[in-house]
Amino acid sequence: MIQDVWLVPAFPLAAFLVNVLFGRRWLRRWTGPIASAAIAASAIVAIGVFLDVRAGAERTIVPLYTFISVGDFHAEAAALVDPLSSAMLLVVTVISFLIHVYAIGYMAHDRGFWRFFSWFPLFVFAMLILVLGDNYLVMFVGWEGVGLCSYLLIGFWFERPEPAGAAKKAFVMNRIGDWGFTIGMITTFLVFGSMNFVDVFDRVAKDPPAQGVLGLICVAFFLGATGKSAQLPLYSWLPDAMEGPTPVSALIHAATMVTAGVYLVARSTPLFAAAGPVLAGVGAVGALTAIFAATIALVQFDIKRVMAYSTVSQLGYMFLALGVGAPIAAMFHLITHAFFKALLFLGSGSVIHGVGDVQDMRRMGGLRSKMPLTYWTMVVAGAALAALPPLAGFWSKDEILGSAFKDGYPLLWAVGVFTGGLTAFYITRAIWLTFHGRPRDPHLFDHAHESPRVMTVPLLALAVGSALVGFIGFPPDNGFLHAFLRPAIETCAPAARLLNTTANGLSGCAAESGTDWLGFLALAAISTAIGVVGILFGLSMYARGRPDPAAVARAARPYYDVLVNKYYVDELYDRRFVDVARSFAGAAWAFDIHIIDGLVNRLGWAVRLGGRGLRRAQTGVVGNYALSIVAGLLVILVAYGGYATGWLRR
Amino acid sequence: MTVPLGAFVAVSAALFFIGAAGVLVRRNAVVILMCVELMLNASNLALVSFSRRAGQLGAGNPLDQRGSVFVIFVFVIAAAEVAVGLAIILAAYRNRPTVNVDEIHEMKG
Repeated sequence: MIQDVWLVPAFPLAAFLVNVLFGRRWLRRWTGPIASAAIAASAIVAIGVFLDVRAGAERTIVPLYTFISVGDFHAEAAALVDPLSSAMLLVVTVISFLIHVYAIGYMAHDRGFWRFFSWFPLFVFAMLILVLGDNYLVMFVGWEGVGLCSYLLIGFWFERPEPAGAAKKAFVMNRIGDWGFTIGMITTFLVFGSMNFVDVFDRVAKDPPAQGVLGLICVAFFLGATGKSAQLPLYSWLPDAMEGPTPVSALIHAATMVTAGVYLVARSTPLFAAAGPVLAGVGAVGALTAIFAATIALVQFDIKRVMAYSTVSQLGYMFLALGVGAPIAAMFHLITHAFFKALLFLGSGSVIHGVGDVQDMRRMGGLRSKMPLTYWTMVVAGAALAALPPLAGFWSKDEILGSAFKDGYPLLWAVGVFTGGLTAFYITRAIWLTFHGRPRDPHLFDHAHESPRVMTVPLLALAVGSALVGFIGFPPDNGFLHAFLRPAIETCAPAARLLNTTANGLSGCAAESGTDWLGFLALAAISTAIGVVGILFGLSMYARGRPDPAAVARAARPYYDVLVNKYYVDELYDRRFVDVARSFAGAAWAFDIHIIDGLVNRLGWAVRLGGRGLRRAQTGVVGNYALSIVAGLLVILVAYGGYATGWLRR
Repeated sequence: MTVPLGAFVAVSAALFFIGAAGVLVRRNAVVILMCVELMLNASNLALVSFSRRAGQLGAGNPLDQRGSVFVIFVFVIAAAEVAVGLAIILAAYRNRPTVNVDEIHEMKG
């Protein structure tokens, strides 16, 4: 099956081509099932690939064709099939399939149905290319592809200004990250002579370059990851991206595209492991982003915005894990988060769909009785997000926090634990405001209804996943996932020895010593307790009104305003960057209008002026014409006679 | 007594410039055409006199009458030109009943 791995991206690509060419006139409603079937086929092949890898094929290169071969530079379009990529393949295809099916229901009334199911599988194709590539260049192709599809899908309802603007913002911010990726890619080639993962990682181990250069490469790649995975400072596109349809938010901005940055850093572990300070920076940025976004999520009223900031925050956790040298923990959290965050988004979509396209939680309330299935699946997802045992989120998040603590980053651990409390609080708040209490908008409540089966079945599937998928990492540090991924993310390989740390052994190496149950349970107890406190606080405030949320908001007015306005980051960016760009654009426009167009217009005017002058010779009076003929004749005679007699010298 | 060549050239020149002056000054289109004819015949005179004198001087072949033959060509061309010119004047007259060139200036600009 591994040799057939190129089928995995091929099916969604085919679905895209078929749907985009024939969807508008002929296929219409069929585009949904076609795309879903293609993804299902991909998933089946992905399962096959996974089983083959599990059976012992640790690293296989499956070439397709020579992409570029110019002088010294060779880049093959080849797939690297190893535990890391095969795990990602599974996650991407399975979750994409469920969301495709859900979208058939969600987008059912949309005129652009065929268009949606053209871009959606195209996105999956690009993401799979990103995951499969065996070198940075092919990965970049996929990287840009998902950026493009993100733009197309966020701006799906492009006739409205908000989605159009949000799509532009997402793409531009992504592009800044892409610039970082490009610099990293090119520097890698200049330093290592290749962009191939295997080549580069081998050379880093045997003959590492100067720390400064390696640091530059890693910082550049991390900048790319920041853009794609919405970390500080390139995160503000993600909340705005909620203008897109909810399936888009679920797939792209929760489960797949935003995880590309995590995948990039995880894949580049040998590089980052050898650039210690940069790795610490990664962890710090991740932790900072996690707490920053969580604080914003506390006060948002749009249900999708809460989820968006939650995603930014949880991605921060993944980068925190990478930063402390626990890439397997990061991947673990990536997988569990994909399940419960996708579920949270799809559930939100189900709510939005059921109440007639309303997203403001202040108008909801009491929907539990009207949408029981949605409610219970959201509760499962929320509990997973809040890392309540034994759900999936608990295992992955506590592994991250455990690694942070054990590898000597107590500050990051504390930030992570506290953010966990905030997370539990805001998700409790969101679920309570939506489903419990008295309905605040009676008209909305009366018309609310549960979603059709095509939407609720994926919710159930994801709920099962959110509950159970955590056990792939059980027991902690020694579960199936750890053993599976360890050969790919060689945290104990020679590259790791370059880290000149004594206490900070990479926790991936803990395999030799088995599970530290005591340490794990102790740390987990603390973080879970904080999480429970967060939940209780949330229930107390919103179920009982102690303290009353409105009163708290009034009392802490300045802080509250800062949070509701998202720390005014968008306004800051507007002033610092957008306005600068706009004035530059204005200057360029003025140059074009006045100088370039002016030049052309002046030229025309000059020609017309000359013409006007010359036209004066055309008097229409025959006598004038006769005079000019005679005058010319005289000149000729004088000239001829002058030359001939020598009177007029040449 | 031989008439000096200069006399013929002088007459020819005088006729030519009288014709030119007429083209410039006269208002009647037909008269202008006649002045053009005058200019053409002035040049004919010059051609014939040079041709004859060249033959008398004996510089080249005494039977060389090329100048005179050229005059025949000029006759033909003058005739054709008059035909066309008169036709144009007639057409213009039909449009507006005048042959006064000063009054025909609609092609201005």
